[in-house]
This record gives sequence, structure tokens and C-alpha cells, in this order.
Amino acid sequence: MKRFIGFIKKEFYHIFRDRRSLFILFGMPIAQILLFGFAITNEINNVDIAILDNSKDATTQEIINRISSSKYFSVQQYLERGADIESAFKKGKIKAVLNFEKDFSQKLIKEGSATVQIITDATDPNTANTISNYTSAILQKYQQELNKSITVAYQIVPQTRMVYNPELKSVFMFVPGVMTIILMLVSAMMTSISIAKEKELGTMEILLVSPLKPFLVIIGKVVPYIFLSVVNAVIIIVLSISIFKMPVQGSLFLLGAESVLFIITSLALGILISTVAATQQTAMMISLMGLMLPVILLSGFIFPISSMPVPLQLISNIIPAKWFIIILKAIMLKGVGITYIWKETLILLGMTIFFIGVSTKKYKIRLE
Amino acid sequence: MSISVQHISKSYKDVKALNNISFEVNEGELFGLIGPDGAGKTTLFRILTTLLIAEKGSATVAGFDVLDDYKSIRNHVGYMPGRFSLYQDLTVEENLNFFATIFGTTVEENYDLIKDIYVQIEPFKKRRAGKLSGGMKQKLALCCALIHKPKVLFLDEPTTGVDPVSRKEFWEMLKRLQQKGITILVSTPYMDEAALCDRIALIQGGEILQIDTPPEIVKHYPKKLYNVGADNMYKLIETLKGYEHQYSVYPFGEFVHYTDNRSDFNSKELKLYLETMNLSNISIEITKPTIEDTFMELARL
Amino acid sequence: MKQENVIEVEGLSKKFGDFKAVDAITFEVKRGEIFGFLGANGAGKTTAMKMLIGISTPTSGKASVADFDVYTHAEDIKKNIGYMSQKFALYDDLSVKENITFFGGIYGLSRAQIKDKTAQLIEELGLQEVANQLVGSLPLGWKQKISFSVALLHDPKIVFLDEPTGGVDPITRRQFWEMIYKTANNGTTIFVTTHYMDEAEYCDRVSIMVNGKIEALDTPERLKKQFSVTNMNDVFLKLARG
Repeated sequence: MKRFIGFIKKEFYHIFRDRRSLFILFGMPIAQILLFGFAITNEINNVDIAILDNSKDATTQEIINRISSSKYFSVQQYLERGADIESAFKKGKIKAVLNFEKDFSQKLIKEGSATVQIITDATDPNTANTISNYTSAILQKYQQELNKSITVAYQIVPQTRMVYNPELKSVFMFVPGVMTIILMLVSAMMTSISIAKEKELGTMEILLVSPLKPFLVIIGKVVPYIFLSVVNAVIIIVLSISIFKMPVQGSLFLLGAESVLFIITSLALGILISTVAATQQTAMMISLMGLMLPVILLSGFIFPISSMPVPLQLISNIIPAKWFIIILKAIMLKGVGITYIWKETLILLGMTIFFIGVSTKKYKIRLE
Repeated sequence: MSISVQHISKSYKDVKALNNISFEVNEGELFGLIGPDGAGKTTLFRILTTLLIAEKGSATVAGFDVLDDYKSIRNHVGYMPGRFSLYQDLTVEENLNFFATIFGTTVEENYDLIKDIYVQIEPFKKRRAGKLSGGMKQKLALCCALIHKPKVLFLDEPTTGVDPVSRKEFWEMLKRLQQKGITILVSTPYMDEAALCDRIALIQGGEILQIDTPPEIVKHYPKKLYNVGADNMYKLIETLKGYEHQYSVYPFGEFVHYTDNRSDFNSKELKLYLETMNLSNISIEITKPTIEDTFMELARL
Repeated sequence: MKQENVIEVEGLSKKFGDFKAVDAITFEVKRGEIFGFLGANGAGKTTAMKMLIGISTPTSGKASVADFDVYTHAEDIKKNIGYMSQKFALYDDLSVKENITFFGGIYGLSRAQIKDKTAQLIEELGLQEVANQLVGSLPLGWKQKISFSVALLHDPKIVFLDEPTGGVDPITRRQFWEMIYKTANNGTTIFVTTHYMDEAEYCDRVSIMVNGKIEALDTPERLKKQFSVTNMNDVFLKLARG
């Protein structure tokens, strides 16, 4: 036991004496959370639009009022001719144009329908989509109000309510993802690099030719990173609660326990990487390409899994991060208990046991 | 018998690193493996320290089999790999304490063994290992390898890249350790260090050329060796190589070591030949062969 | 042969803060000479050599290499010297021919010159069979011979060898020294830094640096006599231990 503690002490010396790893350990989580929280967002706010009102009657005026009074849009320009639409877009400020047809009011009353064209700048498809959805919603709402006075038989009134993230705040989406990435980075990449470093410097040779049991060397390498990852998880949660008002509906204890499980999964992956990587550089490349990319692309962190092609959906199942993100969202946003996420937890546990098993088997007590 | 190696062979892909190596090292002996880079010295060390498995053959260290008893060996040997393999970001003191701890001992417990060496680096004990000079690093590495009082000490090219002063001090330290009963297997590419060992094995291309004590090895040199000197070194070498009776011509410092094909060699005749080839200031004297001469003679066979 | 000096150094110093890495050294090297530049680790050899090859500016003192001043004509010096170090010599992942072509190109040789030199070099070193092999797959001794030849590609006036022959077997080592003798015989000056004392014995003259100063400078023969010892190693030990 004394040997083991001595080993862990040495690991902490390494970590605290290397500015680069200290930065990755503590600078990155904070920077990432802030970056994702403030800079990257799915919401739209005060989007600049232009209006081409070909009828200029009471109805179009009412609609325009409603749109410009919403916080989502700000009407920047009134166009005179259809030909101006393109030049308005080309100047770049305008993201959408509402084009009301001629005699809008009259047609609406006489023929029962009138057309308004919503043209959006789809160079950023996500924003374009959101703009068109929001505009449609405003139009629909107005239509329902109009219809109230007239009794129409068989009318379906859809009433949408966004639950768990009622304000559609994207930061709530990102926090679980960022937390997953950072825990993965710290645990898997840092461990695999630190083991590869011993190989590269030749100290692994000396450690192997010592009575220290080879597997204890690995455990000794891992323990400090478990500790540091937990510290990191706490930093992330505290930051997201205090700065972004992220709710944690479920039990903090369960959140902690699941995080520790995921940290162990990542560490096991890190050990597995270190069994094949002989240098720090290779360890880093494998960690980045083999772990970070799939986590970012396939875990449902940024791109919804349900909209992926089926093969990718299948692949996403073997990515531990996917399950952890589901668990995190469930606990933080839905506030559910273990009874709802036992399946995901079990999958993660199974993966962890598998990785530990493989890396134990692959771990060499000799040099080759 | 402290180390026993029987018919060990090892290949990497299609390169034969070791080919049917056998030798034995007695208890308390200072045994040298002398050979250039790529001779197979490091591979042999790794097999004996249980880091690699030989394809053929068997070996024991301190009475333990390298394969079956590898755990016992790891408890009883000290190993200093070729490269400086200590933690550069840890101080002298921290490195030493760390290795003491993982070997389940303390610096105090075996201080008498390392004292001689440690006092030389003690003034720098708070300095990080990466900031030490070559000679200091080597001393620290030796301390770390000795900290658990090993029965057998493996030193793989400990003096490579170290200046002559540090090299000399290092060999003096090894002699003192030997007196404390530690068996030492040391490898070196420097032929001049061979004379400091009790026995040596000359090794090249994965094969042992000869094993014996240094005096015996030079005694077995088969020919009479002459020191030939002249003013123009390059011309001297070229001329000697063009001499019909030459057997070997090797530059050796300010002279050329020359051996002749004939048993009745006449130095006057050679001198005459060199003079006719316009060389001046010619000297020809019989000289004692060195281990390096023997090595070259064995290697060319 | 005219005995002109190709390296002239007078009171050359280099300070790093308060530390005098090189402390007012003075010496000259003649054309075609094999000059050994010895010293323990940290004695200042490398620093001094860096100033001579024009990659480090001296703090004070005078020095000229191949008639060019180290302060004002560093670029001209680089064109007139060759450099070979044990740490870096050739690209392991290029073939022998590719290495020669690359280094020839660096030194501004024309395509035709490179072609001639390559053929000549391969012929002289007997490399016909391995000319298209990657350098990484060759034995260390061969690499050293090739990198020495590469350092000579542009017919430099002086070649600087930084610890050139560590670790090779004794026979290859002697073949290497024969190449050096041959080169020196053709009038190229050889400047060798090393801390292997047996290598020093091969030099025409050696200087020994201790703590930034040149403490001894003479032929190996006379140095051995001066210190009444039988080999350069003992000369060095006597000097370094005071």
C-alpha cells in the first residue's frame, strides 16, 4: 500500500509541474462551458427582416405589427418592388423577407385564403428553419384569433408546449455534451498520454523491472485522474448552475454516481489506448481521432441521432458518450431517478467492464 | 553462478539480434559485454531483466529462471537502461524516494550502499533531474538502481555520452560496488573500458566473438603487431594497404597498427618500401595488441 | 602546401547572463589540418562551435572562418563549410539518393552537379546496392559515412564534425577516419568536437576546453609528453581534475 501511495504522489508531481496538462485539466472545461454557453446558440433574437407589402391594408398592417413586436424579429426595411428582394438579401443584413400578395385583406375575406410568402436566407439552414417556423407560428396564432369570431366546424387547434426546456435554451443542450467531452478528454486522453510518456522516456522499463505489480502501475496512473475528473465535473456543474441557471431537477447524488461511472469508462478506454500507443503523440492522435470525433459527431451532442442515417444510428450505440448524454439530460432536465435510466446505466457499466477486461488482457508485463 | 545464459536467440522481424548466445557470470564478478551499437547488447539485457522473451534458449539470474520466476528476478536485480530513464520533472531527492518506495524500502535503510555516490549529488538534491549534467544524471540513475540492494546489477551502456572524468569516476564506483558483493553485468561500446572488467565477452552482430579475462584476450592475438608512423598519415595508410604482404592495416591514433602475412617479417624491408614510396620520418616498432586489435581481428574472420 | 589559416579566433567570448560559456579563447586552424576540439560536457565546446559556424553571435572577441568574419558574414561562412552531427545527419525516411539530392539542393548545386556527385559518391562508398533503400534501414556505420560525404557535397573549405563516430564498431570507425584523412589530404580542413579521447589521438592538433577556456593546445604527441602520460584520456583527466 505504501508503494502504491508513493506512486500516486509521484503522479501528482507530474501533473502539477506540467503547465500544459494543468491547462488542459482546468482551463479547458471552463473555456468550453463559457464558449458553448454564450457563443453557440440555436435561438434567434432580433433577426433583421424586410417586408414587401403589396396590399398595405389593415390585415397586413396587423400582421406586420405582431411580427415586429415579437422579440424574435426586427423589421429593418420596407421594400417597394419584388425586384428589390434579391438586392436586400445580397447586402447581407436581412435574413428573411415577408412578401404579402396584392389585395391581401380582400382575398382573405372573399375567397377565404390569401398568400404571404416567407423567403429566408438559407446560407445558415438552421437559422432559416427557425425563422420560418417562428413566422409561421405568429401567422397561425393570428389566424386562430380571426377564426374565433366565425364558427367553423371541426377545427383542430394544435397547442404546442415545450417541456423540460421551456425557453428552448440551447445551453441546456450543450452542458451535458460539454461535460461528456471534458470528462472523456481528461480521463481517456490524459491517462493514455501519461502512460505513453513513461514508455517514451524509458521509465516504464524500470517500473517493469521492479517488484511493483504491473497492473498496480496502471491503477496508480488512473487514480489521480479519477480525482481530477471528479473535480472537473463539479466545476462544470457549478458553472452551469451559477452562470447559465441550468436546472438540476434530479438527484445530485445520482448525477455524481453516473459521472463517476462514465469517468471509469473513459479511463478504461485511456488504458486501452495506452496499450497500443508507444509515444505520447500517438496516444494523443488516437484519443482525438478515435474518441473525441465520435463523441462530438455521433453522440447526439450536436447532431440529433434520430435524424442520422440508419448505419450511423447503429454505430452511435457503441459510443459510451451517447448513453451518458442521455443519462445526464434525463437527470438534469427531466429530474428522473434511476428507475428511468437503469437501462442506459447498465449499458455503460457493461461497456466499462468490457474495456477493463480487454485492456487487462492486452496489458503487457513485458516490453513487447 | 549469478547469471547463466544458455543458447539464447532472438530476432526482430527478419533481423537476428542474438544468435545462440551462451555465457556465465560468477557471483561478485564484474562482467563486461563489449561491442558496438546494434551488437545485441540491449536485447540481451532486456531478456535477462525479464522485459523480453527469448525465442530459443534459457537463462537464469540469481538462480531464478527468466521466464518462470520473472517476479523474483524483478525483486532482486537493479537495472539501468541505456537511455537516461528517470523522471526529469522530479527532483533528485524525489526520484530516489520514489524508487525506494516502489521497491518497498527507504533511502535510509540502504544508505550505506549508495552513500559514496549519493554524497556527490547531494548538494543538488532539490534540483530537477532534467537539469543535471550528464555525469550527475548517471550517478543519480545508479543510486536509483541500487536503492533496494540488488544482488545483480545490469548496466546498459552507462558511460555512453559521458565525459572521460565522469566515466573514470563511474568505473571506480563500480569497483567499490563489486567489493560489496554485487554481481555486475555492464555493457559498453568503448574498448578501453574492457580492461576494467574481470571478464569480458566481445560481441558483434548478435554473436559472441570471445569470452575471457582482458589479459587472456589480448594474449590470444595471433600475430605480431607493429606501430608504424610517418609524416603523412593518409599516404601511409594508402601505401601500407598497397603493400603486397600486408595482412591488416588500421589507423590507431597517431600510428598505424600493421600486421604482416609472413611469419618472418622484416621491418627493414617495410621501411625501405615506405621510403621508396616517398614517405618520410618513418618509424616501425613492435607493439602490444589491445582489446580493440583483438576485436577487429575476430570481427574480420 | 601553403600553410594559411582557415580559422582564426582571438579572444572570442560568449556570455549567457553572468555565465561565461566561452571565455576569451584564441586559436587558429590551418588549411588541411585535422583539428580536435575537446572538452567535457558543458565545457563550452558546442557554444564555441555554434559561433564558428555562424549560428550564434559572439559577445566579444574576433573570429574569422574561411576568411569571413563571424559577425558580418555569417551567411558566407555557411556556404563555405560542411556540418555533420551525430544527433542529426540524414533523413531516415528518404532513400540514400533522395538524401543526397535534397542536401545538394540545399547547398545550391545544379541538377547536373547533383547527378555527378551522387554517382561519384555511390561509387566511392560502394553503395550501388542500397542507393534506393531508405537510410533508416542501413547500419549506423554506413549512415555516418554517407552523412560525412553529404557534408562534403558542396566542396566546403572546412567540415565541422560534432561527435561523429560514437557507437560504431572499431573497423567501421577506422574506415571513417580513413575518409577523414583522405579529405584532409585533399586540402579540406576538419574540425572535430568530441569527448571521446581515443578519437583525439587521430587529430593533428587538439585543444582541450575546461570551463570555457582552452587549457591545452598542441599535437597529441607533445601533449602526452607535456603531461608525461601515455594516452589522451590521461591528459584530459589531469587537466580536468586540476
